Amino acid sequence: MTVIEEHVLRLDPEEARRVRQQRLERIGRWLLPLAIMILAIWLWDRICVWNDIPKYILPRPGVVLQTLFDDAGLLFSSLLVTLKITFLSLLLAVIGGVGLAVLFAQSKWVEMSFFPFAIVLQVTPIVAIFPLINIYVDNQTTKLLLCAWIVAFFPILSNTTLGLNSVDRNLRDMFRLNGATRWQQLRYLRLPAAMPYFLGGLKIAGGLSLIGAVVAEFVAGATGQSSGLASRIIEAGYRLNAPRLFAALILISFTGILIFLVLSLISHLILRRWHESALKQER
Amino acid sequence: MMQEKVAQAPASASGKGPMLLALRGVGKVFSNGVTALSAVDLTIREGDFLSLLGPSGCGKSTALRLIAGLATPTSGLLDWRGSSSVDRSNIGFVFQEPTLLPWADVFDNVWLPLRLKGVSRAKAAPVVMEMLARVHLTGFENAVPRELSGGMKMRVSIARAMVTKPRILLMDEPFAALDEITRFKLNNDLLELWQDERFTVVFVTHSVFESVFLSNRVVVMAARPGRVFKELAIDAPYPRNEAFRTSPAYAALCRQASDVLIGAINSTAGPHHDGH
Repeated sequence: MTVIEEHVLRLDPEEARRVRQQRLERIGRWLLPLAIMILAIWLWDRICVWNDIPKYILPRPGVVLQTLFDDAGLLFSSLLVTLKITFLSLLLAVIGGVGLAVLFAQSKWVEMSFFPFAIVLQVTPIVAIFPLINIYVDNQTTKLLLCAWIVAFFPILSNTTLGLNSVDRNLRDMFRLNGATRWQQLRYLRLPAAMPYFLGGLKIAGGLSLIGAVVAEFVAGATGQSSGLASRIIEAGYRLNAPRLFAALILISFTGILIFLVLSLISHLILRRWHESALKQER
Repeated sequence: MMQEKVAQAPASASGKGPMLLALRGVGKVFSNGVTALSAVDLTIREGDFLSLLGPSGCGKSTALRLIAGLATPTSGLLDWRGSSSVDRSNIGFVFQEPTLLPWADVFDNVWLPLRLKGVSRAKAAPVVMEMLARVHLTGFENAVPRELSGGMKMRVSIARAMVTKPRILLMDEPFAALDEITRFKLNNDLLELWQDERFTVVFVTHSVFESVFLSNRVVVMAARPGRVFKELAIDAPYPRNEAFRTSPAYAALCRQASDVLIGAINSTAGPHHDGH
């Protein structure tokens, strides 16, 4: 900045107040949740101490952290099993969801005929379907994958379908005028236009595939067949090993948050140049 | 839809070039019963800058969509006798909004019509760059639409419509959403482009001043049902520039066109006695 501009930039009290306000908000956005989180953990710790709660009912935060380190080998190898199911099912959800959406987009008739099936699959609780899957599918991994997939694919399918159908009318006319083929229209117009919708669906599906994987492990784990994080939780529950239960829970939560953040970042990187949702507020 | 006809084209007020396209008794009735156009006769000559001027609801946009082939007439026919089938499939169209691909940069947006015809990026590059230079957008190839002003977006849209070198350019109120200063500037630049190459333009507008400034023919339309009310020849010589905009001749022509437009609006039957 030049000297002249600095001279011009003498702020009146109202603008100065606004700048101060903005700076406060920027800091507060991080500091406040962090402070509340620390306060909550401190309160948790105090409640345990004040009431003499035994650690098999409610362990102190320090004990949970200690367990997280002590049982790291066991917990992380289980986490890896869960993660494998999560990512594979997310991948299949993307392929299946986008593939079906593209198929639906080819004709209103196809969409009208088959969309209800997708809804039925979505609204039926996965826990209720699992016994059937258990009968029909032998392979343990396949079983879990199928479960997690059923939970995760719907948001991708429904969002991508919406996106493929939300193309600006004039743009569609423009493609028609230029003699675009069906494939060209899909490739250069409808798929890029659906991208923001797809990425929105992906963010939801990322969390759902983790939930799907854990739920599937839970149901399968009840019959003693699983080695993922859910089975560690069940096990710990049986043995009244509350610290490990908490440690496993924290691990799942953090994994979910991480998945969400990574998918948000991917979405931002893809959309940042053109889509409203990724643009910084200009003022 | 485009039957050949041997009838002699009716002479138009100021047309000198050979006939490119004639609308013969063209009508359009929508499925909801609205008569958008009724028995329109209009001959478009090569090199015409023809404006369709009229109140909203007079079917001027519908006429444009019929010419573009985006809609088919209910009655009458489009006589393309003056042009080959290649020309018919090569129509430039500029919409009221810029209608750009928001995710693609300026180069890719202008390349698109060629890309859809199978022209590679390398092959298209010289043509695209030349077109961008002609609309004064050199240096903005890599900008995305949201980084451009409304006027610049419209320039991209014009470049895209012109990149395939169509013989006829259809424009549907292209500058209606722009501020007056930008609008004047784009009027001048469009006219410059047209004066250089003398392609044919059909320009839909509801601005008397714009139509008189740009065109050699102004076709005034009336509503309910949409029809041609009267045609005016704008016999001012080209090139026209800012000096023309302030000349007494321009003012007189605008008054004349304005009077005709008022006549067209008054001739419209009220919604209660909508008689044919």
